[in-house]
Amino acid sequence: MSLADVVAAILFTGVVAYAVFAGADFGSGVWDLTAGDAEEGAATRSLIDRAIGPVWEANHVWLVFVLVYLWTGFPGGFASIMETLFVPFSLAGAGIVLRGSAFAFRKMAPTLALARFHGVLFAASSVVTPFVFGTIAGAVAAGRVPADRVGDRWTSWTGPTSMVGGVLAVLTCAFLASVFLTAEADRGADAVLTEWFRRRALAAGIVTGVVALAGVAPLRHDAPTLFNELTGRAFPVIVLSAVAGTATLLALWQRRVAVARVTAAMAVSAVVIGWGVAQWPWLLVDELEIDAAAGTTSTLWALVIVFGLAGVTVVPALAYLYWITQHDAA
Amino acid sequence: MTTPSLGTSLLPLLAVEEPSSLIAARWQMAISLGWHIVLACFGVAFPMLIWVVHRRGIRDEDDVALGLAKRWSKVAAVLFAVGAVSGTILSFEMGLLWPELMRTYGDVIGLSFALEGIAFFIEAIFIGVYLYGWGRLAPRLHLAMLVPIAVSGVVGTFCILSVNAWMNTPAGFRVVDGKITDVDPWAAMFNAGVWAQFAHMWVATVMVVGFCTASVYAVGLRRGRNDRHHRLGFHVGFAFAAAAALVQPLTGHLAGARLADAQPTKLAALELAPHTEQPAPLVIGGVLVDGERRFAIEIPRLGSIIARGSVDRPVRGLDEFAEQDRPDDALVSMVHLTFQAMVAIGLSLAGLGAVFWWRTRRGHDLLRSRAFLWLAVVAGPASVVALELGWMTTELGRQPWVVYWLMRVEDAVTRGTGVWVTLSAVVVGYGVMTVMATLTLLSMARRWRDGASLDLPTPYSPVTRPPAPDRRTP
Repeated sequence: MSLADVVAAILFTGVVAYAVFAGADFGSGVWDLTAGDAEEGAATRSLIDRAIGPVWEANHVWLVFVLVYLWTGFPGGFASIMETLFVPFSLAGAGIVLRGSAFAFRKMAPTLALARFHGVLFAASSVVTPFVFGTIAGAVAAGRVPADRVGDRWTSWTGPTSMVGGVLAVLTCAFLASVFLTAEADRGADAVLTEWFRRRALAAGIVTGVVALAGVAPLRHDAPTLFNELTGRAFPVIVLSAVAGTATLLALWQRRVAVARVTAAMAVSAVVIGWGVAQWPWLLVDELEIDAAAGTTSTLWALVIVFGLAGVTVVPALAYLYWITQHDAA
Repeated sequence: MTTPSLGTSLLPLLAVEEPSSLIAARWQMAISLGWHIVLACFGVAFPMLIWVVHRRGIRDEDDVALGLAKRWSKVAAVLFAVGAVSGTILSFEMGLLWPELMRTYGDVIGLSFALEGIAFFIEAIFIGVYLYGWGRLAPRLHLAMLVPIAVSGVVGTFCILSVNAWMNTPAGFRVVDGKITDVDPWAAMFNAGVWAQFAHMWVATVMVVGFCTASVYAVGLRRGRNDRHHRLGFHVGFAFAAAAALVQPLTGHLAGARLADAQPTKLAALELAPHTEQPAPLVIGGVLVDGERRFAIEIPRLGSIIARGSVDRPVRGLDEFAEQDRPDDALVSMVHLTFQAMVAIGLSLAGLGAVFWWRTRRGHDLLRSRAFLWLAVVAGPASVVALELGWMTTELGRQPWVVYWLMRVEDAVTRGTGVWVTLSAVVVGYGVMTVMATLTLLSMARRWRDGASLDLPTPYSPVTRPPAPDRRTP
């Protein structure tokens, strides 16, 4: 394992953290969107607000972490990704701004009409943004981002692999959010809401699992390099994901929400890690290898040092944030 | 670069689009940066102000101060959220708009960004803890949560300014046969310009937040709300702002004094110097027309004294540099005028701060002077204008370079099309967000004034919902 691989692994750790933590925040928007009119959805939306309000900004920073590690560790790869995937990244940017500000504005809205307006913006962009990120992952994984020129700005991220990625991203977000929110409602001793989310978590889990398995099929022709390793080197990780997903469904069925939360996070992490393992050693599949894309050694070492710094500052701080928001009367 | 295989028919089209993409990319970067920088100021300096009122609130059991702290933290929650996402857009734009800059120099200057990422993390985490902590954490522990927010804001400012300073005074690598070698990311981060630029920007954040906060309470005071709440809010904001405004000319001078050696073309633009003059006059106002200075007031020797710290050292003129290596006449005029407008506003604000302390020490209550309050109201927006003018000065003054003397903006910009579309979206989107943020903050102030509870519960359901109490008390 080269130093470049180490930095790539650090970068990918950020991707996994973003997928799980920010994923749950985005997924909350999916349920916010489908919670019904203002009257019937009020309790759901209040719960979502309470649950993600204190943590979503911190979870969002993983994205910045990933971008910064990408352009510092692999400057050429970053430039190629951003040039070819100009359209989806612009959409994702718009989605991120609308989601974050509308969420903040809704909390302080003076009237129901304004709260509803901001709520729709927040919820709709919470669906669009993960979808677009999924298509971006699909574009990279299917080898549609060339290393040395600008790829096609439309077909690069609208192929079968991108569509699978987009749909799967929205589903995993919704699944994670429903499990986390079941636990959150349970903690608040709200039986009605707990049941509301538990049933959705079960449904989302089944749909996500089916789509994840069926989604491998189109990759055979669209992303052969990825497909080969998904069914080869990365296969154990995929199996782990399936096991964790099934365990989540069982735990939800038995109303063991604390267990479900852990296994759901494991299942989603494993899907993302499976992608990473299958894609190695490529940064841009079929185009640019991690070692070839890496920046200068002194900078890679600096990135390792900064990651160590993050380990002793960010990780305990994040743990504290999660701990106090989980161990206090809601 | 190999030949594109996606269809050579696209090539002429891309070539035609290239110059217009550059203009659009520069506008988009300017608007998103100019918008974010105001919120960034609040992220950096507002925690300090909140700390002062929060501390006073719990130490002296001062309910007015504590009330201010609670309201300010609600305002901060809105501003920080919008600031966090608008800051993320900038990191997207580094790649979307300037991919060739990142391809060439990403690993030279990335360390600063990586450390900024850590600072951003700490800031976001403790903002979450602090906002959640009201009524949940022990008072002293809760107050202490502001410290990591403030510290990480300052560290983040340093990191971002180190990148900007690096663009002005590149360091930490060598160019051998057109290739970047011997990269030392730490040397890049601690480049020669970083400390002066950081100091100038950090003090600017305190000025902006202090004057804007004071400005809000000055409006209330002018409307006759001369109570302790308004007086305290005003004084805390104005105290920080006045101190910062008095220091700012010094940090600005330190940054400017480096230009003669570090960025001579920028200095020539600031000083509106088409030709080398020894000693150089101080040129007030004026523009360049056909390469000559027009409509300016000149004070002999003062230019050399201020810019070079000497009565006779020269300010090098633009004509010492090839035309394609320096800003053109229109840009030079703009840099000169934005710079001088910034200085004029900055000095006026410093004067306002000095007058306030001098009069207050002599026992005058300036908060009863309608004229002073009017100036204090204007000072908030004026400080924001000065901030924007300062960034225009330094960014336009570096043109045509993105990395001074090494990479031109036209070589950094994306080769693709579509920037006009995203620029339009940015204009519309940020316009709407400005309106929404303003309406939200105004409505919060109005509801608090009307006696609503500090928490301002969100109206998720219609007021007629049976079990829910009337949440929209007018």
